[in-house]
Amino acid sequence: MTLAVALRALEGGLLIGAGAATLLLLNGRVAGVSGILANALEAQPGEQGWRLAFLCGLALPALVFGVGHPQLPASWVMALLAGLLVGCGTRLGSGCTSGHGVCGLANLSRRSLAATAVFMVTAIITVLLVRHGWRP
Amino acid sequence: MRFLTALVAGVLFGGGLLLSGMTDPANVLGFLDVSGEWRPQLALVMAGAALVAAPAFRIVRRRHRSLLGEPVTLPDRTRIDAHLLTGAAIFGVGWGIAGICPGPGIVLLASGESVAWIFMAATAIGLLITGRLRSNPG
Repeated sequence: MTLAVALRALEGGLLIGAGAATLLLLNGRVAGVSGILANALEAQPGEQGWRLAFLCGLALPALVFGVGHPQLPASWVMALLAGLLVGCGTRLGSGCTSGHGVCGLANLSRRSLAATAVFMVTAIITVLLVRHGWRP
Repeated sequence: MRFLTALVAGVLFGGGLLLSGMTDPANVLGFLDVSGEWRPQLALVMAGAALVAAPAFRIVRRRHRSLLGEPVTLPDRTRIDAHLLTGAAIFGVGWGIAGICPGPGIVLLASGESVAWIFMAATAIGLLITGRLRSNPG
């Protein structure tokens, strides 16, 4: 990792934190993307507006500047399987990287610390298995 | 007004994800792959974000109302239960397969790539099915 890459990561992190702080300070809401998405799909019409606005805002910079050349999943089967697991897991566990990993840790929540530790460990194990194969 | 502030919050958040490189699964998987050439950016991103968000939590905890007068809705559960741990474990497996979590997933919809849309459609289905099962157990 070069210094430039590290600085960009840190700056991006500060921006993400600014977004989370804005939503909390002005709207009184936690910026947990899985929860906001679930409620945007399920909530009463009056409660959907700010959630849809936040989600549109998320995608807006990418619509303007492009997403670069991300290495997306190689097959749609993998994308489908991973998406289902992400959806089920974040609903059951009440949060994802943003809700538990960023906001929960910023809020010094023990629940979020536990959730973050668990999803980091299972993700690391999954990457080891997927990239480097089963070698029992 | 609250739509506008939510939109601004989303733009900051999404811009940060884009700038930090976290919308590229290669950077996420490079962080999770501890056996290869490790990419530590994700830790810097999370630390930077939590550092800025932390004072905001302290402020709203004292005020109970947002600066716009909206009620502050914070998670009130404190118990570390089986749902939390099982859910986090399942999420981690999905995250490890694709290198995409819900925030970057929404950003990547802007790529127009079909795999990004399939991932987010599946995420939405998973969220809805699990929500249904949780509210109607058995």
